[in-house]
Amino acid sequence: MKKRSLIPILYIAFLMLPIYWLVAMSFKTTNEILSGFSLFPQTFTLENYFTIFTDPTWYWGYINSIIYVTINTVLSVCVALPAAYAFSRYRFLGDKQLFFWLLTNRMAPAAVFALPFFQLYSSIHLFDTYLAVALAHTLFNVPLAVWILEGFMRGIPKELDETAYVDGYSFPRFFVTIFLPNIKAGVGVAAFFCFMFSWVEMLLAKTLTAVEAKPIAAVMTRTASSAGYELGLLAAAGTLTIIPGAIVIWFVRNYIARGFAMGRV
Amino acid sequence: MRTENQKAWFFVLPVLALVAFNALVPMMTVVNYSVQETFGNNQFFWEGLGWFEQILRSDRFQAALGRQFLFTFLILLIEVPLGIIVALSMPRKGFWVPVCLVLMALPMLIPWNVVGSMWNIFTLPKIGLLGYFLNDVLGINYDMTQQPLSAWITVIIMDVWHWTSLVVLLCYAGLVSIPDAYYQAAKIDGASPWSVFRYIQLPKMKTVLTIAVLLRFMDSFNIYTEPFVLTGGGPGNSTTLLSIDLVKIALGQFDLGPAAAMSLIYFAITLLVSWVFYTLMTKDDAQ
Repeated sequence: MKKRSLIPILYIAFLMLPIYWLVAMSFKTTNEILSGFSLFPQTFTLENYFTIFTDPTWYWGYINSIIYVTINTVLSVCVALPAAYAFSRYRFLGDKQLFFWLLTNRMAPAAVFALPFFQLYSSIHLFDTYLAVALAHTLFNVPLAVWILEGFMRGIPKELDETAYVDGYSFPRFFVTIFLPNIKAGVGVAAFFCFMFSWVEMLLAKTLTAVEAKPIAAVMTRTASSAGYELGLLAAAGTLTIIPGAIVIWFVRNYIARGFAMGRV
Repeated sequence: MRTENQKAWFFVLPVLALVAFNALVPMMTVVNYSVQETFGNNQFFWEGLGWFEQILRSDRFQAALGRQFLFTFLILLIEVPLGIIVALSMPRKGFWVPVCLVLMALPMLIPWNVVGSMWNIFTLPKIGLLGYFLNDVLGINYDMTQQPLSAWITVIIMDVWHWTSLVVLLCYAGLVSIPDAYYQAAKIDGASPWSVFRYIQLPKMKTVLTIAVLLRFMDSFNIYTEPFVLTGGGPGNSTTLLSIDLVKIALGQFDLGPAAAMSLIYFAITLLVSWVFYTLMTKDDAQ
């Protein structure tokens, strides 16, 4: 039994090493980084974090990212809920083809869509807004949310719907007060995955913004290229991008594994 | 059992509208560009299938495609078995399970450009932990910016670091759904660990493994940000994968026609291989 638990421990150690290095770098001064190798920060400094929290271009990068990720998550889950209900309860003309078509949108390389998206959102005057990025990210998040929610909804027996109708519930009231509480876990998991894929995607987010809605990634790229090579600052900015994900995942820790496993494939 | 009801289309309508807006309009733009030639000023000339022929015949595209297949093949070869092994050796219940799951999922929640920067910092010679360890402690000559082999190994290890956890989480989800009674029965029959794996655990993991391989295939075939930030496609063209090459042509040289034709060929290949994977892996269920 002892020997077996060695594998997960080694694996987690491998995962943590680069993260440790990023965090360690963020507490070092630029001088120390460039002067040579040190396993721990010799002169511990919070200066890099101080720069980020006092410079509006830096901290607005985070706020912008969080805003469009939130809009995207809410939007994706809200439109996916009725669709997933339809897929899990009814057969209708073209349902299988529609489901497969939705999934193919996850296969299209984001690089393919970068330029057409830029033109599309410019032409409808949404370029450089939160809504543009949030809408663009629904391309791959909505299919995923439908897929996950459908799996959870199939696990709810149909008798629940029928009993509610017999008791005189209207459909919207049944859906909100009876059905939704039953698939709470599913909504949580779907929201988590939408958050995750919108938070980590950077190519489209960068293409669709300029000044007003600039994501943290764009701010980081600019720093890496223009202000010389400030590795400490870059490391601190990187460390801060890990935190929102870590918080969100802690809430759904008991359900993440189930989320994908219940899919239809 | 699901009942026949055409009104269900109304429920699907919002999703349909949203995804169609995002998928069909840009796709038609790409199709438009792919059959036309432009010299600027918004003037377009009919080009037919010329771009497609040019792309398919060009050495540059074939080389990038070859690198892309090699990359995807290698990461699947490492990530799938490694993911299964880690999932099998995880504890089934107890305090450590959620802690392990959260720590393992952490790399997947880091923005992709940060993943690239992080590995860049990690592997710098003299400064980075790995770079220092390999060069100054072990005496191996390792420099990602100079040697194609080092760059390749780094890009592969980075992807293994980033995405193996997805395979682990999915396999683990399949494993915990096996009732204890199965294991007890196997014990009474005196089954070896291998036969427990082959006849109890592997069949239960089959569905989730299909999802894992499909997702890993699609995402690794479309990978752009991480290797671009880490190596920029270099040294030379050695780590220029398909997406990186595509962006170079489309946004770097602004050759819209060839870039659009390449996009469509690229998408068609992804679709085709995903479909083949899907049919092969679900074939047994149909019988």
